[in-house]
Amino acid sequence: MLKRAGPKRAEIPGIPVRIADARFPSPFLPGLEYSAPARGTWNIVHTGMLIPGAHQIFVCAQGCLRGVVLTAAEMGVSDRFSTVAVREKDVLSGDMEKLIFDGVSDIIGKLPEKPPAVLVFTSCIHHFIGCDLPLVYRHLRKKFPDIDFADCYMNPIMRKSGLNPDQTMRKQLYSLLKPRKLNPKSVSIVGNDFATDKKSELYALLAGNGFTVREITGCKTYEEYQQMAESAFCISYYPAAKAAGDELERRLGQKHICIPFSFNYDEISENLKYLCETVSIRTPDFSPGIARCEAALGKTAEELGDTPVAVDCTAFPRPLGLARLLLSHGFHVTRVYADSFSSSEHADFDALQSLAPDLLLYPVSQPAMRILPRSPAEKTLAVGQKAAYFTGSGYFVNLVEGGGLYGFSGICRLAEVMSEAFREPKNARHLIQIKGMGCGCCL
Amino acid sequence: MLPMKQTARIISTYTGDTSGVCSALFELGGMTVMHDASGCNSTYSTHDEPRWYDSDSLVFLSGLTEMDAILGNDDKLIKDVVSAAKEFSPRFVAIAGTPIPMMTGVDFQALAKRVEEETDIPSFGFATNGMHSYISGASMAFSALAERMCTRGVKRDQTLSVNLLGVTPLDFSVNGSNRSMKAWLENSGFAVRSVWAMGSSLEEIQSAGKAQVNLVVSACGLAAAKILREIFGTPYVVGTPFGHAFSAKIIRALRTAAGTGENIIACCPSENECDTAIIGESVTSLSLAAALRLEKGICCRVLCPVETSSSLLSQNCLAATDEEELIPFLRGMKWVIADPLYRPICPADADFLPLPNEAFSGRIFRESIPNLVSNFNSFEKEVKT
Repeated sequence: MLKRAGPKRAEIPGIPVRIADARFPSPFLPGLEYSAPARGTWNIVHTGMLIPGAHQIFVCAQGCLRGVVLTAAEMGVSDRFSTVAVREKDVLSGDMEKLIFDGVSDIIGKLPEKPPAVLVFTSCIHHFIGCDLPLVYRHLRKKFPDIDFADCYMNPIMRKSGLNPDQTMRKQLYSLLKPRKLNPKSVSIVGNDFATDKKSELYALLAGNGFTVREITGCKTYEEYQQMAESAFCISYYPAAKAAGDELERRLGQKHICIPFSFNYDEISENLKYLCETVSIRTPDFSPGIARCEAALGKTAEELGDTPVAVDCTAFPRPLGLARLLLSHGFHVTRVYADSFSSSEHADFDALQSLAPDLLLYPVSQPAMRILPRSPAEKTLAVGQKAAYFTGSGYFVNLVEGGGLYGFSGICRLAEVMSEAFREPKNARHLIQIKGMGCGCCL
Repeated sequence: MLPMKQTARIISTYTGDTSGVCSALFELGGMTVMHDASGCNSTYSTHDEPRWYDSDSLVFLSGLTEMDAILGNDDKLIKDVVSAAKEFSPRFVAIAGTPIPMMTGVDFQALAKRVEEETDIPSFGFATNGMHSYISGASMAFSALAERMCTRGVKRDQTLSVNLLGVTPLDFSVNGSNRSMKAWLENSGFAVRSVWAMGSSLEEIQSAGKAQVNLVVSACGLAAAKILREIFGTPYVVGTPFGHAFSAKIIRALRTAAGTGENIIACCPSENECDTAIIGESVTSLSLAAALRLEKGICCRVLCPVETSSSLLSQNCLAATDEEELIPFLRGMKWVIADPLYRPICPADADFLPLPNEAFSGRIFRESIPNLVSNFNSFEKEVKT
């Protein structure tokens, strides 16, 4: 067994911070960053593989290729993944366009079958060098007219400049959809890595009123993927998916219905009402759904009693909203793990400063998190993989990116999985290190 | 179209140089910072560093942004590194580069000097750029330790003593190979001064100048061996102790080198016709070839896809970095010994003997990476004659 090599410390100034003393939206000073070994969230390789039959080609430096090529290998889809290594001479020669064109052509020529689509990922290097990517794609499309090419990007240096790589990937995921006649009874839910729970109000409202609901997660063939272009409406609810919906509205004329994920009953009701009005169906009474949430939360709160609950930012898009919901229903939420908060969390932040001023905020990527103790003093229920890691608890809800939960049904399901997690500990060490939860990792 | 030499249709990619720096320094109580936007830290800690979960070694990322890169805002990096160094008091600070800092011409030596001036902590700058393999990065890191951290003017040991150079999980995983090599040396009458760098403290590394001889067990350790030779006059032997006969040859070479002061490459290949290919890092692969030759009379050709010294290259140890270069050499081979992720490019009629390597397949086959130092016989039995 390896020893801890670093200086273990119980206290680090400024970490954690009471929410009453915290600044919104960034409670912690920026600085160096640490990567905790919780890997369940998806990366751009996982997301890109959602297009059935598509082949991915990354054009990057060796060090950047390493993570993505092994992502594909761990998924067991190395046959859908290829690379072109960028070397120093390519940066200096001014011949980057040729490298991409020749490399992609070379790989396509070696594939046993021509794929219907190729996602070409360029990197920070191409961005900085001023590579003429439109020229490259023009030539690729001319040379391979029967292949659809998507320009994709692995440029993390842009993560704080406009759309970040995650948002861009979700947008580009639908860039290959070709215009079709819009079907007023077809709806797409876009930008999610996880299929929306079929029990959610979204499916009940839409499918129950004769709509065909499509998600990329359910597409088995490239043609099924293309059928998403028929949808007269596209719904986004995951925050990073909004740009995808905006783009589909701009490019294909699909009406974008942005109904953000929320833990707030009023906001959920408003979102669902907006959906109903937009697709011209009757708005139902949502009070039964709220009543089910109350019952489910009450039951779980009673079961958990005074057990501390820790919530992180990878399990659900709105950790403060979740903390507020749980605290207002009798749960003993003590910790929230997040580096910063989105503007949609401002109201929850303000409310929590009054409701639970002693709620502790911890970062997830500050260097101090490397050395703070990770053994729970008492049984703790963690919601999310990073909360599980930092609290050292095996009692955790193993969900990332919301797990496809939405609306009142999502809250009910969350209450259930919290109860399950409270009763049965899991092997956190094994589970949280699996990359891209639900992607069929071979580990 | 010109022949394409930089594509990989299906095989993996070796660990990059930035991760090589981190891996080499991981256990020594320092703080290593990758100057990068994002991704390097996740890749390193997920695929390149099996010790990540169980250790609190200080390896961080600078979080470089587009604007900081364009504006050359090195001061932010220095401020963040100095702040963390003052908070954690590491034994040393290392800053390693990635592609964008290379393009913007970041002077890592200067950055390290500034950090050292402000913290009084020994600091290193490594101009890695993510475009070379871990061999390059780990070599830089071990070289820096040899140049800066080893105590000068020490008295040479009077009895047989040795440093093991080039030991990282990227070549030896975490299956006990490092301990096996140390035990084998001790059982052979050598005191082991230090293992660079698994299982040794920084103090042990610092005392490396006392050793009578150095043993280079992977290409990662060769550059440091040459520096230790320059500084302390210590001779080195190149070879990894696989198999009884070849390990005995290394022991003889160590004794000879300690006595004569001459460097010895113990794993030099034969020049015969070969029908077995080994793909991998040069020193361990050549040593495996030498061991199989001695134990079973098999002639192996080594295909080395990562950087290596020209002194190790020959007709039977070829540099072949890409799929396009590897495939022709594999044709006609009856046996291929390589990481399982090479299997798709091997001839269908060749027998494939998997030898997983962290530096190529990361954690995927970790549980089946053999400790060839102590269990060579089990592996050898898989190779038919």
